[in-house]
Amino acid sequence: MNKTVEHPLKKYFRGEINYTTCPGCGNGIISQSILRAIDELDINFDQYSFVSGIGCSGWIPSPSFNTDVLHVTHGRSIAFATGLKLAIPQTKVIVSAGDGDTGSIGGNHFIHAARKNIDITVICVNNQIFGMTGGQVAPTTPYNSKTTTTPYGSIERPFDLSNLAIAAGATFAARWTTYQARPLKNSIKKAIIHKGFSFIEVVSQCPVQYGKVIGMRNDPVSMLMHYKECSVNIRKSKSMSEDELKDKIIVGELVEKKNIPELTDEIKRLRREAKRK
Amino acid sequence: MVQINKDACKGCGICIAMCPVKILEFSDELNNQGVHFPEITDEEKCTKCENCMIYCPDFAVVVNKDEKWKKC
Amino acid sequence: MKNGKNVDRKTDFIQGNIACAEGAIAAGCKFFAGYPITPASEIAHHMSKRMFEVEGTFIQTEDELAAIANVIGASWGGNKSMTATSGPGISLMLENIGLAVVTETPCVIINVQRGGPSTGSPSVAFQGDMLQPKFGSHGEYQIIALAPSSPQEMFDFTVEAFNKAEKYRTPVFILADSLIGHMRERVDFPLDDEKILEERKELKIYQGIHQKIFLDENVAPMPIFGKGLKANITGSTHKDDGFRNVSDPKIMDNAIKRLSNKILKNKDDIVSIEEEYLEDAEVAIFSYGLVYRAILETVNIARSEGLKVGSFRPTTMWPFPQEEIEELSKKVKIIIVCENNLGQMFPFVKASANGNAKVIFLPPETLGTLYNPEDILNVIKEVI
Repeated sequence: MNKTVEHPLKKYFRGEINYTTCPGCGNGIISQSILRAIDELDINFDQYSFVSGIGCSGWIPSPSFNTDVLHVTHGRSIAFATGLKLAIPQTKVIVSAGDGDTGSIGGNHFIHAARKNIDITVICVNNQIFGMTGGQVAPTTPYNSKTTTTPYGSIERPFDLSNLAIAAGATFAARWTTYQARPLKNSIKKAIIHKGFSFIEVVSQCPVQYGKVIGMRNDPVSMLMHYKECSVNIRKSKSMSEDELKDKIIVGELVEKKNIPELTDEIKRLRREAKRK
Repeated sequence: MVQINKDACKGCGICIAMCPVKILEFSDELNNQGVHFPEITDEEKCTKCENCMIYCPDFAVVVNKDEKWKKC
Repeated sequence: MKNGKNVDRKTDFIQGNIACAEGAIAAGCKFFAGYPITPASEIAHHMSKRMFEVEGTFIQTEDELAAIANVIGASWGGNKSMTATSGPGISLMLENIGLAVVTETPCVIINVQRGGPSTGSPSVAFQGDMLQPKFGSHGEYQIIALAPSSPQEMFDFTVEAFNKAEKYRTPVFILADSLIGHMRERVDFPLDDEKILEERKELKIYQGIHQKIFLDENVAPMPIFGKGLKANITGSTHKDDGFRNVSDPKIMDNAIKRLSNKILKNKDDIVSIEEEYLEDAEVAIFSYGLVYRAILETVNIARSEGLKVGSFRPTTMWPFPQEEIEELSKKVKIIIVCENNLGQMFPFVKASANGNAKVIFLPPETLGTLYNPEDILNVIKEVI
């Protein structure tokens, strides 16, 4: 007689593990990577706070994760996370937000948080579409894609969110796809430990809405294999031409800067200075 | 032992595709969500790589390395 | 300067905006986030220095949406927090203010009103945003808003705003205007033992997945982040344990009504009004904020001329003092509503009077300027 064994990550959940995501959605893989990273870091889960945005990715921590979770308005998760971190700097604050939440409506908060170098970790679930609301074009959708709001094909170039984060001042940035679940987990660990703004972009399959756009509807396996084919490690990419890199996804740890003043440290410094005066 | 919680499975097929030794296949029967779920065909070949566990979006697969290998 | 207890009381001659900031500090504010905007920027300038002196945090955000988001985030981290802006900034903040309402987050929002709509006239005193706190954010909700009329009241009402915010786990507005914000008057600071401060009701121990942290008409305990209380907070329609349910209308019905009742059932404690010379009055003048100062002068002159005129001033604009106006309307013949706009509170006064008294609206001769007591007296003499 076999006894059933509990999933090793079940202890991080508020009740039963029950993601109501579409079959094959990348969310669950990302959730596992986040929790495995946390599991390996061995910091008490109570010391983590999650802030999530509106969109499917917002449902990764909220309400499932059994710690403090704040599920806020669309695009503003990074701003709420900043205020929370400033009030309780000893807490590890992690944001789970989509490409729309981060790069569209939330773009301003995203670039300023990177510039301010506030010590939070932003996990940007980039499915290259607005999934929850029915497959509308996102600022990360490739040019000429036919979506529910671009029936003739999209006419705008997409953002490279990781490059945007780096240009805005992020002191840790990494990009992986859901195909690279283990390196993703490792980068999340580094991001959590890193003192400063950490940005992790995860290109993640949305089999229903984005799958439809690329002819892989309801086919998450093909989408994962597509990520495998298109991924190029950052180190290798440096010796490739622009032509060779067309339509490729550059993955890896893209930037890590230490010793840049971090916002909560600066606040503490100002308090000391104010006392001296 | 590879334990599959068949009723938590949504039939996405990712674990089957990610298994490096191809020992997972869709079952004939349906679970209570109305989908085919994975079953192990040849447990002896399992390398305990844990791909099936870490790539399952629904946390439906557990690879228990401590248990002695026996048929599920 | 000494008071009766022979202790030095701090007193200062300061701008309304500065008094407001000092009131916040006296109330225990430890977090200010804001974006520059005329005529409220002085509050931010002052807080950018003082917050660090009291071991607090000041942050200038990238926009007003971030300001209110930071304020709410910090409140969940346990800080008494606030922002200050003007009408255009409130317009930007309204979505997140709605989030503060449904997540029952204590915070204080200062609106130093200016000429509107849109960019309008930044330095002109106007009372154009009176309905904004109550009806600006989408959905059905209650709010608390106070209207000071002097720098002293900017101080005192800001303390009161924090108290109400903490006690009822709600955002609270201060509705000032650019003249009150910029005028300089004497402000007396309370002594430490004179201060009465409310602290939020906090959840002390984790009580399980379905712990009741919302929707209590007597205010549910707030699970501050970072204390192992496993708070489950969302802006979606939710039950008293925080778990969302956006499909069952009964859940939404319960949520909206309980949230509303949290404020409405406590009106006795929340609503405050000032009545002067109303015992035998035939005419009552309804006013608030800066306009009240002209009305007080008007009433004094009227009484000296033997006219039976009194003043009714709500210091709480929301929840609206409906019952108090109804009572007033049974005592007087006429209520004249004086406000520096085209009649924003006027329809509510008229509805509350319920036909018991005649209610007329009298704006200043030119919007954005002070009333001339003579103009009001002439109208009183016509109607009395």
